[in-house]
Amino acid sequence: MATTAVPTTLSPHATLKPDSNSGVWGWLTTVDHKRIGILYLYTALAFFIIGGLEAVIIRAQLQGPNGTLVSPETYNQLFTMHGTTMVFLAIMPLSAAFFNFLIPLQIGARDVAFPRLNAFSYWVYLFGGIFITVPIFFLVAPNGGWFGYTPLTTKAYSPGINIDFWVIGLQILGVSSLAAAFNFITTIINLRAPGMTLMRMPMFTWMSFVVQFLVILAFPVITIALVFLLFDRFFGTMFYTTAAGADPLLWQHLFWIFGHPEVYILILPAFGLVSEVLPTFSKKPLFGYPVMVYSGILIGVLGFGVWAHHMFAVGMGAIADSVFAVSTMLIAIPTGVKIFNWIGTMAQGQLRFTTAMKFAIGLVALFTIGGISGVMHSSPPADLQQTDSYFIVAHFHYVLFGGSIMGIMAGIYYYFPKMTGRLMNERLGNWHFWLNFIAMNLTFFPMHYSGMLGMPRRVYTYDSGQGWDTFNLISSIGAYMLVAATLIFVYNFFASRKRGEIAGANPWGAGTLEWTIPSPVPEYNFAVLPTVTSRYPLWEGSEKDAESARINSQEGKTAEELGIILPYSTIKPMIVALSMVVMFCGLITTMALTFLGAAIMVVSLYSWLLSPLEPEHH
Amino acid sequence: MSAPAAHHYTTTGLDNRKIAIWAFIGSECMLFISLISTYLIYKGRSIVGPYPHEEWTSPEGRHFEPILDIPVTSASTFVLLMSSLAMVLALAAVQNKNVPKRTTGERIIGSSKLWLWMTAILGTVFLGFQAYEFTSFVHEGLTIRTNLFGSSFFTLTGFHGAHVTAGVIWLLTLLAIDYRRGLGPNDALNVDIAALYWHFVDVVWIVIFTVVYLIQ
Amino acid sequence: MAHDPAHPEEPAQEGHVSGEQHHHPTPMTYVKIGALLTVITIWEVWAYYIPSLVASRIFVPMLLILSAFKFIMVVMFYMHLKYDHKLFRVLFTGPLLIAALTGIALLFLFGQLVARFGPS
Repeated sequence: MATTAVPTTLSPHATLKPDSNSGVWGWLTTVDHKRIGILYLYTALAFFIIGGLEAVIIRAQLQGPNGTLVSPETYNQLFTMHGTTMVFLAIMPLSAAFFNFLIPLQIGARDVAFPRLNAFSYWVYLFGGIFITVPIFFLVAPNGGWFGYTPLTTKAYSPGINIDFWVIGLQILGVSSLAAAFNFITTIINLRAPGMTLMRMPMFTWMSFVVQFLVILAFPVITIALVFLLFDRFFGTMFYTTAAGADPLLWQHLFWIFGHPEVYILILPAFGLVSEVLPTFSKKPLFGYPVMVYSGILIGVLGFGVWAHHMFAVGMGAIADSVFAVSTMLIAIPTGVKIFNWIGTMAQGQLRFTTAMKFAIGLVALFTIGGISGVMHSSPPADLQQTDSYFIVAHFHYVLFGGSIMGIMAGIYYYFPKMTGRLMNERLGNWHFWLNFIAMNLTFFPMHYSGMLGMPRRVYTYDSGQGWDTFNLISSIGAYMLVAATLIFVYNFFASRKRGEIAGANPWGAGTLEWTIPSPVPEYNFAVLPTVTSRYPLWEGSEKDAESARINSQEGKTAEELGIILPYSTIKPMIVALSMVVMFCGLITTMALTFLGAAIMVVSLYSWLLSPLEPEHH
Repeated sequence: MSAPAAHHYTTTGLDNRKIAIWAFIGSECMLFISLISTYLIYKGRSIVGPYPHEEWTSPEGRHFEPILDIPVTSASTFVLLMSSLAMVLALAAVQNKNVPKRTTGERIIGSSKLWLWMTAILGTVFLGFQAYEFTSFVHEGLTIRTNLFGSSFFTLTGFHGAHVTAGVIWLLTLLAIDYRRGLGPNDALNVDIAALYWHFVDVVWIVIFTVVYLIQ
Repeated sequence: MAHDPAHPEEPAQEGHVSGEQHHHPTPMTYVKIGALLTVITIWEVWAYYIPSLVASRIFVPMLLILSAFKFIMVVMFYMHLKYDHKLFRVLFTGPLLIAALTGIALLFLFGQLVARFGPS
């Protein structure tokens, strides 16, 4: 029975490295969800910067009419890679960083269900991300748009190697996401601490739970769409060959059946993070928790029924158009409900405007704007004017930057202390937020106007005299300001790691389980598995909650002292990941590489599966 | 996967791996529906033959019979169905390994090695039928690039066959373990997971057989 | 783990399992189901060779119903869904439903399925 008081001394060496297994080898062999989450975070931030630079070059090219900074061919690669990078290499992995780091901590678990599979997911992401990014440095990057419509991307119209990188790269990345999804579904179902019913789970975990189902249901569809394209390009099949009778819409339907759930995959984790941040800094529980859960589930399910709203201009016919218009309008409802619940959370709360809180409120405001333009697209006749114009670009940047990125930033500022034991600097955070907020609106709001005035998407330049010039100039200035904002953030991130104010277990006075344990988190997470009796154990908890919290907040204990058995570190997941990617590489280089990669993969996979996860228990 | 799962706390009392395999099977439903839907979307739209259920004469005057062979495929379907039965008996045998067997009949029913072999062999026979079908189609003038039917047919059944192949390798691995140290009730979960995968692959074939072969 | 020798077909449970029923089909039940699946398959193939049946409007629905029945048999009994924890039924039915609806929607969208409302 624990009798020690809550300790007040904190580790003077709060860094990102937990107790054991330091050094590069420690990171290469880790199966610890916290370390894997941190790996995702760093890698995703790096890709976010790369994707951002691609955008900056685009904006520099479009700053004025008839720009000559880049050629049309290069421009196509830039917007393709900007989209592909941001969606698959930045936002999804930033969410994954939080899935990894946070979910076990929020549900009171020691790790995810399959720690080695977890590591495997990360390494596949890293190697796949490198695979799909390297080409741009040689100007052979994918150039068919992030959505790769056929027949443009078939061999007949894209004979070069660019699209091959895209098809294969996305297949690789899909494996990473799928593996992680099976892992988290199992974890959330099966590793919740005693007393944590589904309706007591923190909102971030709930939204992530929905997202994992979206992943396992949507990714197989794009896998097949890509298989068809791969087969057409490599083996001469006819899936997208119109001359053989193929339907040009097959790709579009298959892609968007994936693509629409994908956008909910991109936003729901950010929604979850906001639902963690707002209550803490309003000193009130989330308003309407059950409704928030059900609306999240509804968004996920309905998200599978709206995909053809991306295709209103292709001529599907009145019935199809109407059905998808109605379903799209319907999905605005659960989304809108969340906005109201967040406002309800803040209303009559004791608000503290930390940087995390500002970013969270920023999401509520900016996502609403993006949602409004989204609902405007849901009407097919209206969309016939809006589609393929900058009006759409405005919409999705409001929901993805104003939504996903803002939410993720809120999460980073909020959880940085839990990860590192130190707080990020609030003054710099303030600068980051305001510069970001202003710059984001400067960049993307004018696009509503240029879009309405007819500026098409994906054009490498435009003529003067169409009324677009000023709007584009403002957008570009905003983009350069975003660079400045991001630099401030990056500086703050790295400086705070070394010199940030020491945080303690619960610097924000939050209520959920992850705040009952020390910062940074010990390798074993919880000294004793907590018993949960409420949604906010630290706020509303019973004596049982307080008891576990007391024990779990103790610092300085090692796993051995506590008798906790941890999984072995192992390089095998990384080897399997690497060999799998090598196998795919062989498809564009030489088949010998495919066989070599496959052979190593099979051997290392067997080795992995036949070795125990952790030391024997007594 | 070799050692039995340590007794960690779980919320449901169920094994993680069983939950994961059912989630995986759910995901595979979407994979195969994409393939099957594409086949059905392109049904009747190939510009040139050969066709599944109709004859065709090429512009050069060459005559093609309907290419699908229902009797042969019915046989292979039966083989795969029986392999599911064998799998179920294999799992039961593993679960009941320690139950004393008094008659020869009970010993036969209770032999995990026998039923794992039966499943693997029947699965391989199915693959043999597929290989025969593929090569005879190619011989008769239908390849994966001949027309929409060829592309969608070979890709769909090829993906299914790849899944069967992976399943056979999995079964052979289980057999190797059975010979090495024996498979008993502690391994029931591992065998159960393999069984679930195997049955699902069978169930997908039930759909493919009906939708591709029988419905015209 | 101990088992009851009076019920030899009851599987030894691994770990602690809550909520799992203890009725368990015998090997004989599985064989009977296998026989049933075979009979249905024979029925389907037999029907295929009756041209008047193939041309009729009940051929396709009949095949779909028969194969749905085989599907359910394998899933419920061989895959043990009938006897296992309810969670697995949920984990399977959700995705199955979404897959089925998506497939049907695609067939409508590509004109391979036509619904007639009133005189056309």
